[in-house]
Amino acid sequence: METKRTTFPSKTLPYALVMPQLLITLVFFIWPTWQAVQSSFLREDPFGLASTFVGLLHYQRLFQDPLYLDAIGRTALFAVAVTVLSMGMGLLLAVAVSRLVRSANAYSTLLLWPYAVAPVVAGILWWFMFNSSSGILPYMLSFFGVDWNHKLNGTQAMILVIVAASWKQVSYNFLFFLAGLQSVPQSLTEAAAIDGAGPVKRFFTIVLPLLSPTTFFLFIVNVNYTMFDTFGTIDATTQGGPNQATNILVYKVYADGFIGLNLGSSSAQSVVLMLFVIGLTFLQFRYVERRVQY
Amino acid sequence: MKNLNGVAGLAALSLMLSTSAAFAQTEVTWWHAMGGELGTKLEEIAANFNASQSDYVVTPVYKGTYAETLTSAIAAFRANEQPAIVQVFEVGTGTMMAAKGAVYPVYQLMADQGEPWDPSGFLAPVTGYYSDPEGNILSLPFNSSTPILYYNKSVFEKAGLDPEVAPKTWADVEAFSKQIVESGAATCGFTTGWVTWIQTENLSAIHDQPFGTKENGFAGFDTEFTFNGEVQARHWNNLKAWSDAGLFKYGGPEGGADAGPLFYTQECAMVMNSSASRAGVINNAKDFEVGFAPLPYYDDVIAEPKNSIIGGATLWVLNGKSTEEYAGAAKFFTYLSQPEVQAAWHQFTGYLPITNAAYELGQSQDYYAQNPGSDVAINQITRGTPTANSKGVRFGNFTQVRNVVDEEFQALLSGSKTAQEALDSAVSRGNQLLRDFEASNAQ
Repeated sequence: METKRTTFPSKTLPYALVMPQLLITLVFFIWPTWQAVQSSFLREDPFGLASTFVGLLHYQRLFQDPLYLDAIGRTALFAVAVTVLSMGMGLLLAVAVSRLVRSANAYSTLLLWPYAVAPVVAGILWWFMFNSSSGILPYMLSFFGVDWNHKLNGTQAMILVIVAASWKQVSYNFLFFLAGLQSVPQSLTEAAAIDGAGPVKRFFTIVLPLLSPTTFFLFIVNVNYTMFDTFGTIDATTQGGPNQATNILVYKVYADGFIGLNLGSSSAQSVVLMLFVIGLTFLQFRYVERRVQY
Repeated sequence: MKNLNGVAGLAALSLMLSTSAAFAQTEVTWWHAMGGELGTKLEEIAANFNASQSDYVVTPVYKGTYAETLTSAIAAFRANEQPAIVQVFEVGTGTMMAAKGAVYPVYQLMADQGEPWDPSGFLAPVTGYYSDPEGNILSLPFNSSTPILYYNKSVFEKAGLDPEVAPKTWADVEAFSKQIVESGAATCGFTTGWVTWIQTENLSAIHDQPFGTKENGFAGFDTEFTFNGEVQARHWNNLKAWSDAGLFKYGGPEGGADAGPLFYTQECAMVMNSSASRAGVINNAKDFEVGFAPLPYYDDVIAEPKNSIIGGATLWVLNGKSTEEYAGAAKFFTYLSQPEVQAAWHQFTGYLPITNAAYELGQSQDYYAQNPGSDVAINQITRGTPTANSKGVRFGNFTQVRNVVDEEFQALLSGSKTAQEALDSAVSRGNQLLRDFEASNAQ
């Protein structure tokens, strides 16, 4: 025991110190979660005047509902596409900026700006650019023979929300990758260069493995972002349409609960979504983290 | 105790908001869904009421779309923060009628407060739609509308059509649209707001086709949808064909956010929309002349089309407020029902005159003669004898059902389903929602 240990004589002080955090967690996380779990077992009228216990009915119905099963698949596609696109772009930009000497700061500042944009605003910006009658992108696409109408074409609507959701997240990923790149020791890459490794080889054999803690962290953050935070983007652009083509799980929770007033099913959906993300994070830590070198 | 705090809070609020004689005034909050020209006019009505007496202040609060206003009111009710008065669209009528503990029926409110109340003064289609099975009116009719056809006379002329002749049947709509598009007078023949309300519910009513069993839901919760019939399928099929041919442009789900702009920019020569779009249409049609006409019909299905059905909204009073607030609400309702107030609102907005007196006042003012087309809506909704199929539709969970219908219509237009498949799927998904509603209101 060579390290110095500070000991506190008081037994209550540590509890008092963690109390605020615990309270916040309790009020803003545990309590609502408990309420959601509770109401997922009830059937209520919209006004909350009467409710009956229906057991697992809402869960049962969810997994028999082809629309819900479709939404799960759609969410997976959306999550993978947004994560890959935004992390890929973030890494690409970070590598590009890290090679710059004088203008690096200017570029980093500019690239960070989109992160300050609220999801709803980001959604509306892309919605304007993709607007089929007045947007600039459909106009340009028309020269390539693409007839853009995301109001009816489900695939195009999906592309729109993926692009809008990724764009915002690129900044975040860029920042972390840039920081990660700066911590890669110069001596290693220089040694590799002397040994004759080209820039591409150096990147894949040295830089990328050393970046793995950052990549792993961003992977989890991005998956959680696509699962929960993309609500605003979708609400501002497609509202889950056309014909549910962009109705991902988190939006469905909102649509069924707040528009449809089916609180029981909506609660059950949010519980499922929560379990889903918990499970995913667990798997990521269990299997992916093993391959991460800190 | 909680209620007392609420009252104290409201009193403090009204003290802050008003500068004169704030102590005696009771604030009555009114949540509504009227944006644009309609919202301005609505606020004017509230301001006039406030100026007409000194005991009550009606505070209108804009809460977004109809669906948003209803859901906010329900959420507020659960949190005990509800307004005294909320404007609910006709689609929410089933939900509100089932929520007996949340609603203070207007006929009871007026009786309790000793305000004059004569249901027979209202237009027959309006009373028919908003009464419970015992014939009591549960909410105050305020803004009722019905869809009509607006057309661009200038484009008609350019296309070589007679600008004074509106299309009467769907065959006319098709022929006129072809001529308009082929002559290059406009790039699209027609568009529509509210595919659900206009091209499905009203289509069924006008052609005397059942929309659902149990008198379109009026006779009980154990009802089922039947709008996947031959006429509806034929019409949806036509809309798809016309869309492919470039004669029809889709205006979007729900109210059809793009329908109005497509008409204003003269891209589409005709638009089918609520009669209450009148104020907006007249305001936006700066460079062309507008014509008004009844909705088209299929003359081989029905020779004498039935009446169209009601849309728009009524004012519901919610439980859990103070007696003073209810007194204020009742006074305000009496003010709203005055022929002068009603007629001014109707004439400005294009909503139907709710009371016979308001309609007669308009006639005596020579309003309908001076404003051609302003009586299209009222003539259309009162024509013929209403049948069980044309007196309206009343279903629970109907907001969601309309979303389902919108989605299936999009599936049709994108080519992934035929008209019959889309309607069949809408009916079976809609029936599931009806069963849910029945189950949650059966206790």
